[in-house]
Amino acid sequence: MLNEQTTQAKGQAIDVPTGDSTRTHAPQAGQPGEPVNRNKEANHELSIRVRDLNLWYGEHQALKNINIDIYQKNVTALIGPSGCGKSTFLRCLNRMNDLIKSVRIQGLVEMDGRDVNETKMDEVALRRRVGMVFQKPNPFPKSIYENIAYAPRMHDLVGRKAEQDELVERALRDAGLWNEVKDKLHQPGTSLSGGQQQRLCIARAIAVQPDVILMDEPTSALDPISTATIEDLMDKLKQQFTIVTVTHNMQQAARVADYTAFFHLGELIEYNDTRVMFSNPHIRKTEDYITGRYG
Amino acid sequence: MSQSFDEITAQLRRRHRRSANLKRMSMGALILAAAFLVVFIGDMLVKGLPAFQQAQIQIEVNYSEQAREIPPAAVGDDVRSLVSRGYLRLIPSRMEENPELLGTQRMEWVIADSTVDQYLKGHNSELRPKEKRVVDRLVEQGRAELRFNTTFFTTGDSRMPEMAGIAAAAMGTVMTLIVTMAVCFPVGVMTAVYLEEFAPDNHLTQIIEININNLAAVPSILFGLLGLAVYINFFGVPRSSPLVGGLTLALMTLPVIIIATRTALRSVPDGIRQAAFGVGCSRWQVVRDHVLPLSLPGILTGSIIGMAQAMGETAPLIIVGMVAFIPDVSASFTNAATVMPAQVFTWAGDPSPAFVEKTAGGILVLLAVLITLNATAVLLRKKFERRW
Repeated sequence: MLNEQTTQAKGQAIDVPTGDSTRTHAPQAGQPGEPVNRNKEANHELSIRVRDLNLWYGEHQALKNINIDIYQKNVTALIGPSGCGKSTFLRCLNRMNDLIKSVRIQGLVEMDGRDVNETKMDEVALRRRVGMVFQKPNPFPKSIYENIAYAPRMHDLVGRKAEQDELVERALRDAGLWNEVKDKLHQPGTSLSGGQQQRLCIARAIAVQPDVILMDEPTSALDPISTATIEDLMDKLKQQFTIVTVTHNMQQAARVADYTAFFHLGELIEYNDTRVMFSNPHIRKTEDYITGRYG
Repeated sequence: MSQSFDEITAQLRRRHRRSANLKRMSMGALILAAAFLVVFIGDMLVKGLPAFQQAQIQIEVNYSEQAREIPPAAVGDDVRSLVSRGYLRLIPSRMEENPELLGTQRMEWVIADSTVDQYLKGHNSELRPKEKRVVDRLVEQGRAELRFNTTFFTTGDSRMPEMAGIAAAAMGTVMTLIVTMAVCFPVGVMTAVYLEEFAPDNHLTQIIEININNLAAVPSILFGLLGLAVYINFFGVPRSSPLVGGLTLALMTLPVIIIATRTALRSVPDGIRQAAFGVGCSRWQVVRDHVLPLSLPGILTGSIIGMAQAMGETAPLIIVGMVAFIPDVSASFTNAATVMPAQVFTWAGDPSPAFVEKTAGGILVLLAVLITLNATAVLLRKKFERRW
């Protein structure tokens, strides 16, 4: 179990080591869930605000009092050992946990001033604004073209065929896949290689113009070269989208993320600017994990 | 201490012998099953194929005034007992339809009596020696031979074997299956979709699930009793009609389709559902656009197998009156009808050799339709099968 220090550290993990001084020196950083050292050139507009989020699978509590702010047009990486709740947390952001029976959620996940868990919130509307890319590439068993065009058509974002063609091309270009597939748009999406399939899934997610893209270990099933391609892509996509990614690979978090959150046993241990996190973590547990002492 | 190759080989010998025995036993089982099948189908073919042929004789038919009143007068005394009585009975109505026949004499190929038919096929026949000589003479002159039996495929049942056909029963089967399919397929698939994709996991749905599985194991005759009590006695659906038969068979086929559909739905990878939810599909869109198309081959296969099962069913149809004597082909859902297995059942009850032949012929037609249905199932599955 966690010791007292980490229990106390949850949520406001960032200001624990320096105590009140941090709070006085950087009052805005003292709010729970905000990282201490902000990346100076980064965008600081709030995208998703999470307060006191608790989640249970039946009797088992998988998330404990999570407080975190996710900033627009940044890449936020969630790291931590297996079963620490990072994927569960990610799925709270677009209510994919609704699909699992016996899940109980408490707390606030706020986007655009609205609680996403409130009964008035339609989860379909939420998922339209918060897209998702999964661990295993899962293109629809349809053509490459249909994979992209399906969702925009369903949401009435496109009308005429020409509009649709244009949108498919734009999404594929943004996902860096256009040159590889432009001559075989009507072949099945499943005929592509794993890395291409994953980029197709990214193209599918960005085709509906969401605000946020959630990525659940998007490269864990891919080879190093495909992984590098996807990482470059994330770097490019953050100009347009807010990206939250779960990763097992700490080097990947260090490479792509602006902010990194470290989860352990359902708690958010530390949330910080990635550079600070990897060079000078404020919490001992984080340092132990990052340096490979466990996990 | 390590063992030498020889020692290990000696030990292995027993294991190899066992696996060889197992292989022999499973081969034996397969051969036994294949032998049963060959004997069964061979027997049916030997007995049933002659039913597809029918003796015809060429005789002079005299369409006289008298023949209109007393049909047997149309043919000569020597061959009168050789001609099918069913054919003779039709003479007045044919003269009614074609008035120009009146007063003419024609040489015509007519359907022979079943006794002649059996004699020509080399079976025991009730023909008297004198009649046999007449037939022999006709054969010598080329005026009596076995021809393809169109009657068998165009008419309904008859008391006279040479006039009996499977067509009315086949039509009854088609009409009944249309009703069964129309009720079963939408209800079964929708039930399965609800249970698999929408229903909460609580006691009520668990009880429903258990009961559906139980329904699949209920003896089919009980469904017949239910059909009699509910459809005929309570709702007043016409007795013996394809409507009531189809509704009764639907009760029986429903659990089969529900179970097959649920299995097919469950085999769709969860990644597809997640992907669809992830791009903002509603539950219904996920099912309609992604899950159902992927599970369609499985659903179709299950449904067609369920239909084939329903097609071969006789017991519940006895109760709702579909084992009936139906001489006319009727494409109506509410008229009395019979189905192929029931027709086979009726013919099987008649000991005369001509009807034994009809029974086997009916079984052959039934088997042919069944095999066609199953082949369609396989083809459909191949056609819609997609990799993911």
